[in-house]
Amino acid sequence: MNDTTTATAADTSAAPALPKMRAENVNVFYGDKQAIKDVSIEIFDDKVTAFIGPSGCGKSTFLRTLNRMNDTIPSARVEGLIELDGEDIHAPAMDVVQLRARVGMVFQKPNPFPKSIYENIAYGPRIHGLTSSKSDMDAIVESSLRRAGLWDEVKDRLDESGTALSGGQQQRLCIARAIAVDPEVILMDEPCSALDPIATAKIEELIHELRGRYAIAIVTHNMQQAARVSQRTAFFHLGNLVEYGETGQIFTNPTQQRTQDYITGRYG
Amino acid sequence: MSLFVAAMIILVLAAAAAFTTRTRVSGLRRGGERLHSLPGYHGIYVFLWSAVPALLLLAIWAIVQGGLVEQAVLASPAGQALPDFDLQRDAILSEARAIAGGYQSSGFYPQSEALAPVHAAARAHYGWMGAGVAFTAFLVGLLFAMRRTGAAFRARTGVERWMMVVLVGASMIAIFTTLGIVLSLMFETLLFFQKVNPVEFLFGTQWSPQTAIRADQAGSSGAFGSVPLFWGTIFIGAIIAMIVAIPLGLMSAIFLTQYAHARVRAWLKPILEILAGVPTVVYGYFAALTVAPAIRDLGVTLGIPASSESALAAGLVMGIMIIPFVSSMADDSIAAVPQAMNDGSLALGATRSETIKKVIFPAALPGIVGGILLAVSRAIGETMIVVMAAGLAANLTANPFASVTTVTVQIVQLLTGDQEFDSAKTLAAFALGLVLFFITLLLNLYALRVVRKYREAYE
Repeated sequence: MNDTTTATAADTSAAPALPKMRAENVNVFYGDKQAIKDVSIEIFDDKVTAFIGPSGCGKSTFLRTLNRMNDTIPSARVEGLIELDGEDIHAPAMDVVQLRARVGMVFQKPNPFPKSIYENIAYGPRIHGLTSSKSDMDAIVESSLRRAGLWDEVKDRLDESGTALSGGQQQRLCIARAIAVDPEVILMDEPCSALDPIATAKIEELIHELRGRYAIAIVTHNMQQAARVSQRTAFFHLGNLVEYGETGQIFTNPTQQRTQDYITGRYG
Repeated sequence: MSLFVAAMIILVLAAAAAFTTRTRVSGLRRGGERLHSLPGYHGIYVFLWSAVPALLLLAIWAIVQGGLVEQAVLASPAGQALPDFDLQRDAILSEARAIAGGYQSSGFYPQSEALAPVHAAARAHYGWMGAGVAFTAFLVGLLFAMRRTGAAFRARTGVERWMMVVLVGASMIAIFTTLGIVLSLMFETLLFFQKVNPVEFLFGTQWSPQTAIRADQAGSSGAFGSVPLFWGTIFIGAIIAMIVAIPLGLMSAIFLTQYAHARVRAWLKPILEILAGVPTVVYGYFAALTVAPAIRDLGVTLGIPASSESALAAGLVMGIMIIPFVSSMADDSIAAVPQAMNDGSLALGATRSETIKKVIFPAALPGIVGGILLAVSRAIGETMIVVMAAGLAANLTANPFASVTTVTVQIVQLLTGDQEFDSAKTLAAFALGLVLFFITLLLNLYALRVVRKYREAYE
């Protein structure tokens, strides 16, 4: 019995597992324009959740509300409840800085800092005071790079600039950087859209390996990618969550006509 | 013929030729021919070829003509009779020029009235000659261009090439002016170094430029050690002013780019930039009348020897003046750091100030350093504030309450009023100017290199 079938078996057993993150009736506005309409969704600990939908459907916006990155956009306003392990992320007791340490993010375009590879990884742990010695830090850097599958490629040149790496390596560096602060959830906003097919395959493989350790939500334009990497898929259209369910079911037997049209390529 | 009239005639003729050409080429198109270039391009092409070389020749002629006329006048019998003594001869010649030009009706020297008609004749002669040369160039250019225009001719490409020539010429003017400034400074500086030892000038610590005018006069023999002046310049411009301007400028730039609401920024940024528009003489008043007395009182209260003109007063006000330079360069380079860097850091759970300190500021640092260097070079060349508030005493002191003087202040002192241009005192101003010029030039070159390097960083 291989991995996939176990996962499927676990999914179909419909165990009453508590969701890692839960959104309820979330609305997002940019100024007067409503970008997200009344979305409710649950994200589970040991699964990869894919957000698909045509451009401008709000999937990236929604992803960014999960670690309150939309706070950095002055005109953005979020309504509704979003919980991480049952805690309201907008509650006054929730520190946005702590929230982002627990809910990491990888962006569409690789954005390593113009620092050395080592410093790119060490940045987060240093800010959060996760280490007390140089050897601790070395260990975190190594394990993060190993988990991101980058260690063997860069172990001899950790003091070279992170921006000197190839695009795919930069993106894995960004994933390693996110892993280094030991988050519980990793959000990925079209992490492969700026990469070539080989680099994309490596990232997808990496996502497989990271599953189970972190709850992962990934926005993607590429439906084959969603089918390959995710266990659950949410289809967004015009700011609405049209359909959310098991990836297999969404792609083979969608309940909504709009989902059917989108995945068969009739629009989008 | 006056050269100005010649230039006007050439311009009018060239414009007429351009217009006719345009009409002719339009006619070709109406006749069913397929043109390579629009008729307007043919017109411009003819205009450029006929007018530009002719006008350039006229300009050169205008510069040369004065010398030619003078030679002709001197060679005439009346000119031969002039006295040999330089000053008197120059005076007579310039009177003759004024009478011949009609600016003056009679002369102080009897000879000048006799020279006037000779002068007028020489001027007319060379004027016609210059106009003749220019018209020849006009005709040659006109024929060349007119013969080429036609349906298949690529006038558009030709105009494009002219455009480049014009642009190169414009940039050359700036370069040659700089070169000219350096050369003229260099010439006077060499004269100065014949009178004063360069080593003494560059490393001496005594500055007292008063030299005796008559041999039997008591008093100073003059000392030209420039170290106290350069120290004063650096103390005020590069130390005190920067201690004020760097922190204030950077912090306001960070506030404006990172914290300020868009509406606040829209108000604050122009207000900050008004500082750069205040005339420096107004800063000078402020420094001399408001800041300096307050600082003297402060010094007295603290028990530090304080003078009513102090390095601190000039430096503080200069620092305020420099704030917009520092903050606008810092603003630009912080804004040039990609938003992705900011997002990447925030998404790792960094606070805004951690992000600024550890990611944005290091990434923007080269641009910020470049801005600071440009500000320093601006500050050490600044004159008005220090003239009014820093004082004249060439003290070599690190006490900011004491009076110091700067290179620019001394240049103003040395060159104000009637001066003879062969004394060491006056020539010293050029040597000071040359050294100052080199310092600011090096600072600017280095700053531009730093800025360029950082521009490439994100491309």
